[in-house]
Amino acid sequence: MSVSHDQARHIAKLARIAMSDEELERLVPELNAIIGWVEQLAEVNTDGVEPLTAVIEQKLRLRDDAVTDGNIREDVLANAPEAQHGFFAVPKVIE
Amino acid sequence: MSLTGKTIAELRSGIRGGEFSAREVAEAYNATVAGAKALNAYTVETPEDALAAADAADQARGQGGSLAGIPLGIKDLFATKGVDTTAGSHILKGFKPPYESKVTENLRKAGAGMLGKLNMDEFAMGSSNETSTYGPVISPWRRSGSNVGLTPGGSSGGSASAVSAHIAPGATGTDTGGSIRQPAAFAGICGIKPTYGRCSRWGIVAFASSLDQAGPMARTVRDCAILLEAMAGFDPRDSTSLDLPVPQWEANLSSDLKDKRVGIPKEYRIDSVPAEINALWVKGIEWLKDAGATPVEISLPHTKYALPTYYIIAPAEASSNLARYDGVRYGLREEGVKTLDDMYAATRAAGFGAEVKRRIMIGTYVLSAGFYDAYFTKAQRVRALIKQDFAKAFEQCDVILTPTAPSAAFGIGETTDPLAMYLNDVFAVPASLAGLPAMSVPGGLDGQGLPLGLHLIGNELDEQIVLNAGLAIEERAGFTARPEKWW
Repeated sequence: MSVSHDQARHIAKLARIAMSDEELERLVPELNAIIGWVEQLAEVNTDGVEPLTAVIEQKLRLRDDAVTDGNIREDVLANAPEAQHGFFAVPKVIE
Repeated sequence: MSLTGKTIAELRSGIRGGEFSAREVAEAYNATVAGAKALNAYTVETPEDALAAADAADQARGQGGSLAGIPLGIKDLFATKGVDTTAGSHILKGFKPPYESKVTENLRKAGAGMLGKLNMDEFAMGSSNETSTYGPVISPWRRSGSNVGLTPGGSSGGSASAVSAHIAPGATGTDTGGSIRQPAAFAGICGIKPTYGRCSRWGIVAFASSLDQAGPMARTVRDCAILLEAMAGFDPRDSTSLDLPVPQWEANLSSDLKDKRVGIPKEYRIDSVPAEINALWVKGIEWLKDAGATPVEISLPHTKYALPTYYIIAPAEASSNLARYDGVRYGLREEGVKTLDDMYAATRAAGFGAEVKRRIMIGTYVLSAGFYDAYFTKAQRVRALIKQDFAKAFEQCDVILTPTAPSAAFGIGETTDPLAMYLNDVFAVPASLAGLPAMSVPGGLDGQGLPLGLHLIGNELDEQIVLNAGLAIEERAGFTARPEKWW
């Protein structure tokens, strides 16, 4: 399968990365080279093989459903590019 | 011998025995760090931090922790409280975490200080350190008779360069698909990636969470054991952290490999690999035989599929992990755009470098509707087969020996094709996909005077055999070569 210019534009949109047509032009052959190469996995017979999700077998631990931290608003906001009135500020989303 | 010429084990006993003070050690290192700007290994220098830990160690008079007064370099992927943590990315410039990673917290509890943050490939995506927003780290090594700048490998290139140039006695690294082992090989030092889950990922900037694992880089096998013991340990804040006691790797170090079987995987014999590397591999087998081990040929039939599997799984996880860089909570924000969506897209366009964008695009593609099963689920199935290959192999052997990398260090700018760059990790990636402990130790120099590494892979949780076989090689290789100081 190969990625078209339009598909690449769509992927960039999904990934929320602004890209000019020139950038996409450069990227498309690179993506296709990588995708073409990983497609060799198709030749591996994986019938009946469960997808690996945990590389080292272990039980997922449960913890009590309790608040374990909090009251650190200043810490949470300390690195925000813009914080106002104790909140993260973003460009206006509602007119 | 100068203080910066000593191993961590030697510094530890010297400080404990009062032969020299921890402050003298920290001062010596701070001076060498300040004098090595040409290597571009450190992104931030923290001489006061190293001195404070040294003073605490001197006051404790030998009663401090296992790393009392030892100053270390910390890869920029580890969150360090109040100190810039940027993962080598423009998008995190200026980020000062209000918290400390578990691994560095553990090192601090053991008494270690911090010399500074070490340069790396952006978000640990690279094998040459050239993707860093701070520019490439330069290796202290040069080809004989040449002054072409060489890469120290990546992504833990700053760590490799610093340890090799003696501007840190040891450093933290992280390894997702070879990022500790390949740079260790290029720089003529030791580096171990433990079993997945040994070191907490809490506070390590995430790249591919099912693969990311921290480990130490140092000059000797013993120093790696000392550092790993301090770094490892259960952490409830990491859901994949192993709830197991930390073994006494240092106390149990032994290069006696009697009754041990060393697996030699035939699939790792690749024609395109330089003859010198295969010759070193043969020498490695002889050294392990000399230590009492018996070589056995093994087969890891899915080896050739490891890299393509990795280049589906790692970008997929990365595209998800890096979704958090949105210009809202931390790091860069691009202004001058009208809508929230445009702000996200503009911020990420300006903040991420070319390799990171490429991997996010691949990851987004393989996870997108209609392609998920064909790529991502397929890769997870092949990953299961790769894991099975190792499980079967470890029925026949106790440790596996291979070369670490398919070449010695290359020049900055010499490898421009992304696929050619990915091939650097051909020998390192299978163990990552299987979550196994693996280590690189220096084996010798190639014809151009550059270090080559040997690679040991152990079964799950068996870091000890990896360290022991590493020690056996270290004792026999007699690797004492040092880069001539030009920086």
